[in-house]
Amino acid sequence: MVMRRVGQSATYTLLVFFSLIFLVPIYVLLTTSFKPNNEVDIAHMWALPHHFSLASYSAAWAQLGPNLGNSFYLAIVATILSSVIGAFNGYALSKWKFPGSNIVFPIILFGMFIPYQSILIPLLKFIQAIHLYNTIPGLILTNTIYGLPITTLIFRNFYAGIPDDLIESAQIDGNGYWGVFMRIMLPLAIPGFVVTGIWQFTSIWNEFLFAVSLTSPPHQPVTVALQNLSGSDVVQWNVQMAGAVLTALPTLIVYILLGRYFIRGLLAGSVKG
Amino acid sequence: MEKTPVLTSQSAAIARSSVAHHKKRRFSWDKMWSFLTLVPSLAAVLIFVYGFLGWTGYVSFTKWNSILPDYQLWGFKNYQILFQDYRFQSDLRNLLFFTVFFILACMVVGLFLAVLVDQKIKGENIFRNIFLFPMALSFIVTGVVWQWLLNPKTGVNLIFEALGASHPPAWYTSTRIVPSFHVGQIQFGLPIAMIAVLIASVWQMSGFAMALYLSGLRAVPEEIKEAAHVDGANGWKTFWRIVFPQLRPVTVTVVIILVQSSMKTFDLVYAMTGPGNGYVTDLPSLDMFTTTFQANQYAQGSAIAIVMFVLMMIFVIPYLWNSLRKEGQ
Repeated sequence: MVMRRVGQSATYTLLVFFSLIFLVPIYVLLTTSFKPNNEVDIAHMWALPHHFSLASYSAAWAQLGPNLGNSFYLAIVATILSSVIGAFNGYALSKWKFPGSNIVFPIILFGMFIPYQSILIPLLKFIQAIHLYNTIPGLILTNTIYGLPITTLIFRNFYAGIPDDLIESAQIDGNGYWGVFMRIMLPLAIPGFVVTGIWQFTSIWNEFLFAVSLTSPPHQPVTVALQNLSGSDVVQWNVQMAGAVLTALPTLIVYILLGRYFIRGLLAGSVKG
Repeated sequence: MEKTPVLTSQSAAIARSSVAHHKKRRFSWDKMWSFLTLVPSLAAVLIFVYGFLGWTGYVSFTKWNSILPDYQLWGFKNYQILFQDYRFQSDLRNLLFFTVFFILACMVVGLFLAVLVDQKIKGENIFRNIFLFPMALSFIVTGVVWQWLLNPKTGVNLIFEALGASHPPAWYTSTRIVPSFHVGQIQFGLPIAMIAVLIASVWQMSGFAMALYLSGLRAVPEEIKEAAHVDGANGWKTFWRIVFPQLRPVTVTVVIILVQSSMKTFDLVYAMTGPGNGYVTDLPSLDMFTTTFQANQYAQGSAIAIVMFVLMMIFVIPYLWNSLRKEGQ
């Protein structure tokens, strides 16, 4: 429309130009991570590696391997828990309005707008008091609870799109609250689970504030471990970049495979920011 | 149809379904189950969100400024100390400039990219994904990479030097503040070091603005867009006059989300620059973290957290109020 008079070729030129700029960090990340130690000198940081080497990956893996395990454990369990609970909540809030349910929703939703610094100190003391400090289950509990507002929101909006006729006819067939949920809603909710699943997995995998506040080595998720690795002066740049690639890979793979749903989660969850 | 203002997107469907059920006012086990389903989550949120917020608020009025908890009340003393603190004053300045420039840059870049991608081009998916993929990354990864790219002795400066620049930018090591005039104890203005943080965060988040604007553009009726380029001689003007006003709701959403995102910024600065020389890249989130967990000044840390909370609410409450009210209609 606007750009038509500038011409299609100008549009492509601009798009390619911006794409290249967006990909510069990836270029540096990948080329550096495949360089052997002796090629990592500052003057040649933009050059391609002369000898392709995976040495930095094995070094990074040795440092971050256990933390990647922690992150998978944390992100998978907390994603499942928060999505399942969100699916129940969304069903209750969208299809069975009880007196006061219009107040319950904003009360739950509000939780996703607070800066987490404002609950961090009591949270830390609470997690210590129940002896989950410095454990992955402590982080699972935390990420599940603070994930509830967004998963509840996504499922509530998702179920709202399912016609009430379906529910009424299921009721006529003799199904109650749980019968309708199991026979009608749950089978239809698969796309909802994909959207919340991807959204929660990426957010929890990338989460840092809770992780750095509630755990210390060796129980840290990989984001904190990567930060410690890059903060250390003795670690070579190629190892740091390989570590960053390892940290980024799981969410990037999810994004590449299921990007469409990631965008939907983004739009549905965009109140989260 | 508006697709993007997220809270309200499904409002019609929700309003319809609520009508169906509001007719039956009498007690039913189904509604009882509905309530019972929500009880655990409601309890968790009441404790972990509201209870903890109240606790933080209370601590901010106490004398707990060492390892050992001290719940003696101290009035507004912590806030008084805080607002006179050089570091905190710097934080507020940095947050202000960071937020304004971050939002402007993301909106301009995001809208521009969205318009480009919306030209019915080949490979639309590829371009869209390239602009959006940084969203999938951890801020720590972004911080680690950009710390190297914008290190004054390496990264992009090597290219600038190869092109003949004799004084390449100092990036996040700069201590300059522009313009610089005294306010309180600090120099007021944009700290040049913040530009490095801005570049990294715009790289990560502008794709998000693009995605929202793109869905907004897709919702603009084809005829209106056609009208904008039939009148080809003034395409640009027509875009601003006719298409852009249609994007107002999207713009509101973009601004609200980006304000939130910028106020929460913590990991990126933590990984990329830290507080910086003379606190030029410090933010309240970083200050809260070190004050609480490194200096063990829990009451001071709580006061910072409460200020952050209040600042956030100034933007969030009107937005939430509006969205929920529209939905109720």
